[in-house]
Amino acid sequence: MCGIVGLHLKTERHRDALGRLLSPMLDCLETRGPDSAGLAIYSEPVQEGFFRYSVRIDGLDPDTDTKAEVATLVLELSQDLGSTVTCERFRPDGAVLIAPDQVDAVTSRLAERRPDATVVGFGPHIEVVKDVGRPRDICRRHQIENRTGYQGVGHTRMATESAVTTDHSHPFAPNADLALVHNGSFSNHATVRRRLAQQGIRCVTDNDSEVAARLIGREVDSGATLETALKTVGQEMDGFYTLLVTTGREFAVVRDSFACKPLVVAETDEYVAVTSEYIAMTSLPGIGSAKVFEPTPGEIHVWER
Amino acid sequence: MGTVTDTAPETAPTNAVELDCAAMSTREVNAALHELAAGSRVRILNPRGRHNLAVALDQELEIEIAGHAGYFIGGLCNGPSITVDGFVGWSLAENLMSGTVRVRGNASECCGATAHGGLIVVHGDTSSRAGISLKGAELAVGGDVGHMSGFMAQAGTMLIGGNAGDALGDSLYEAVIYVAGSIASLGSDAQVEDLTQEDVDRVRSLVERAGFDHVSPENVTRVASAKHLYNFDALKEQKY
Repeated sequence: MCGIVGLHLKTERHRDALGRLLSPMLDCLETRGPDSAGLAIYSEPVQEGFFRYSVRIDGLDPDTDTKAEVATLVLELSQDLGSTVTCERFRPDGAVLIAPDQVDAVTSRLAERRPDATVVGFGPHIEVVKDVGRPRDICRRHQIENRTGYQGVGHTRMATESAVTTDHSHPFAPNADLALVHNGSFSNHATVRRRLAQQGIRCVTDNDSEVAARLIGREVDSGATLETALKTVGQEMDGFYTLLVTTGREFAVVRDSFACKPLVVAETDEYVAVTSEYIAMTSLPGIGSAKVFEPTPGEIHVWER
Repeated sequence: MGTVTDTAPETAPTNAVELDCAAMSTREVNAALHELAAGSRVRILNPRGRHNLAVALDQELEIEIAGHAGYFIGGLCNGPSITVDGFVGWSLAENLMSGTVRVRGNASECCGATAHGGLIVVHGDTSSRAGISLKGAELAVGGDVGHMSGFMAQAGTMLIGGNAGDALGDSLYEAVIYVAGSIASLGSDAQVEDLTQEDVDRVRSLVERAGFDHVSPENVTRVASAKHLYNFDALKEQKY
C-alpha cells in the first residue's frame, strides 16, 4: 500500500500556497505509507539553457557548515563546466543547483567532485525531494510548506517489494521535468528492466516503479505524448497500479485495467487534485463544490497547462 | 472524549445525539455509538471522508452521517439503520449482518462485500466489484455499477437501477442480479434468465424499500449462475 497526492493549479491563485496545500494532503496519507515519502514541485522555469538539479549529498555533516561545503561545490562545478552554476536552495540533504542543461556533463562533473552526491531530479521546472521517515517529518525537515509553484505531486511509501532507502522512495524522476509516483506493484518489472537495459536505459534501483518511470521516459524521449506513454505502460507492464505522472506541462493519472488501487480526482475551476483517498483532499479550499470522481479501469486522464 | 451533545428533548423527542468528527477521533465516535441504548437517534457531523464510522454496532440505532465519508462505513453491523448524506469510499457495509445502510450519493469499490444480511441502498453509482462475494444481503444501487460487480456472489439479491459494467456476475453462485439498464458484458458463468412472477415480486419489494422511482420491476434483466463453475458441492463434507 502507498499513498498518492497531486495538485495541478489551473490559475495563479494558490500558487504561493502550493506547499502549504500539499503538506497536509501528504500527512493525511501516512497511514498508507509510513516508511518514506517524496515530492516533486513544479515552479516557473529557470533561464533558457539551464536546469534545476535536485542534488542529495549523503556526506554532508549537519554539525559543520554545510552551506560552505555546497558553496565550494558550486564554485568547483562552475570551473569544471566553464559556465555559471548557482545554488537556488540549500536543503538539509543537499541543494537545488542551477546549472547548464547538459545533464551528462553536469552529473559526471558532480560525481567527480562529490562521489556521495546523487541527482534525484532535474529539469527547468522541477524540484524533487525524496526521503525516509514519516511524511510529516519529511515535510517539516524540507520546509515544504514554503514551496510555491503551479503543480506538485507527492507519495507516501509502504515498501512491499524493495528496500526502504532514499533512492527507493518516490517520485522517480529519470527525465527532465518527468516525475512518477506509483501505488501498487508491477509483477514483470525484472523482464522490462532487462529489456530497457538492452536498449541502454539503466535503472539505479531494483524498485518496480522506477522501471515504469524509465519506460515512460523512453517513450517521451522518442516523442510520445504522456497519454501514449501511459498506454505503453498498460501494454508492456503487468501488475497493479495507480500512477500519477507529471511533466512540465502535463499532469496525468491512470489505473490498471482491474482498478485494484484507489484514486479520487477532484476538479474545480482553480485546480485538479488527486489523492488515493478522498479524506486527503478535504483540507483543500473549495473542495465542497469540486466535481469528484474516480477514474475507471484503464482510463487515462491528462490535464495540460 | 470529544463533544457529545444531546439536543433539547422538546425538539428531538427520540433522544437525538450529535457526535462531531471535528472534535472526536474515529475510535471515540464508535465507542460513543456502542454505548447508546437501542432505539437512539444519532447524527455524525463533519465526517469529511473519515473511514470506519459506525462499525460493528450490535443494537438498533438510527444513524445519520451528515456528509461524505470514507472506507468501511457501517461494516460488520447487526441492527442499526445508517444513512450517509453524501458519498462514501471503498467497502461500504462490508460484512453487514442485518439492518439498513443507505447512501444518498455514490459509493466506491467493493460496496456490500461479503454482506450476510440486511439492506444496502446506494442512490447514486457504485464503482468496481459492488456486491463481491455477497452472502445473503440485499444490495440496491440506483445508478450504474462498475466492472466485476456481483463477483462470486453466493447468496442474496442485487438490484442495479442503471447500467452494469463489464464482467457482471462473474463466477456467481446462488445470488441473483437484476439490471434495469444495459449490461456491458457478462462475466464467466453468468447468464441471462427469464423473469418469473416471483422475480418481479422480489424486485418490487426491493424497489419499494429502496425508495427508487425509476425502476419498473417488470422490465429488469435477471442474471444468475449458469452453474458450470459452481463447485460448492466439492466442499460439502469438509469441516472448517
